[in-house]
Amino acid sequence: MTQQEFLNIVMPFKDKVFRLAKRLLVSTEEAEDATQEVLLKLWNNKKNIEGYKNVEAFSMTMTKNFCLDKLKSKQAQNLKIVHSNYEDGNTALQKQVEVNDSVNWVAKIIEELPDQQKLIVQLRDIEDYDLDEIAQMLQMNNTAVRVALSRARKTIREKLTNTHNYGIK
Amino acid sequence: MVLNNIEKLLEKYENGETSLKEEQLLKTYFQQEAVPPHLEPYKAMFTYFKVSQQEQFTKHVPLKTKKVYNYKWISVAAVAVLLVGFYFKSTETQSDDLGTFQNPQEAYDEVAKSLAMISGHFNKGVSTVGYLNEYDKGYETLNYLNELENSTRIIFKPNH
Repeated sequence: MTQQEFLNIVMPFKDKVFRLAKRLLVSTEEAEDATQEVLLKLWNNKKNIEGYKNVEAFSMTMTKNFCLDKLKSKQAQNLKIVHSNYEDGNTALQKQVEVNDSVNWVAKIIEELPDQQKLIVQLRDIEDYDLDEIAQMLQMNNTAVRVALSRARKTIREKLTNTHNYGIK
Repeated sequence: MVLNNIEKLLEKYENGETSLKEEQLLKTYFQQEAVPPHLEPYKAMFTYFKVSQQEQFTKHVPLKTKKVYNYKWISVAAVAVLLVGFYFKSTETQSDDLGTFQNPQEAYDEVAKSLAMISGHFNKGVSTVGYLNEYDKGYETLNYLNELENSTRIIFKPNH
């Protein structure tokens, strides 16, 4: 397989891999590193790529596992700084003015969700994957995915409603 | 779209029962500016989903074709080099052969000549070793010391 052929396969979903990694790892730099790592792993395994039924789903599973491993090792070391994309106070203020503040709240709320729900929200609501595909990627069954998704959506909505009311009162 | 309809869809959505198409409907609905106040949180949610969909991975990934060194061929090359080395070595030892004489008289003369040369050099060496005679002379003078020892023996004997 040539580099071009490989890129043709990988290009359509590389952004999805990156966004999934970012959902779990939070920091942009770490998500970039993780994406790079996943793509390199795929490249080194390019001989087997044609044998996979669904390269995209396979890559998403790989990304999920890679990021979870990373988080686990980070917890074990308990030393590294997790968030390396510090924001300048000024731009944050500007953003607050520009964008509706509650949109940023959504990001924070999703960040507080358990890893699995995070993954499912990311895959369903942002990447628009089919429930069956998600079940395949996460090695879960269909109903479990649906339940987790419903739970996550409800949590996000409830927390948003709360912060919204705080704003008014 | 009718508000009633949207609310129904939202309920289904929260139970995780909406299809992708229905969710797309919700997403487009919440893109509009004015939304009833009680649906405000949903607007934030769907806007966030829409926004974060656009993030892209821009980092370059260096794809190197992995070089697999074939050690088998390296060993073959090593053996070839060794063989060439041995070959040159063996031809060199053959060139030590100086040839032979066909005529016996000639051979005899040649041998006599080289033997004469050897003995000449040998004699030269022996003459330089002549200095060793000086050593013998020195040793003889040391014999006087024995005389001294005899006399001391005579002196100390009565004391025993």
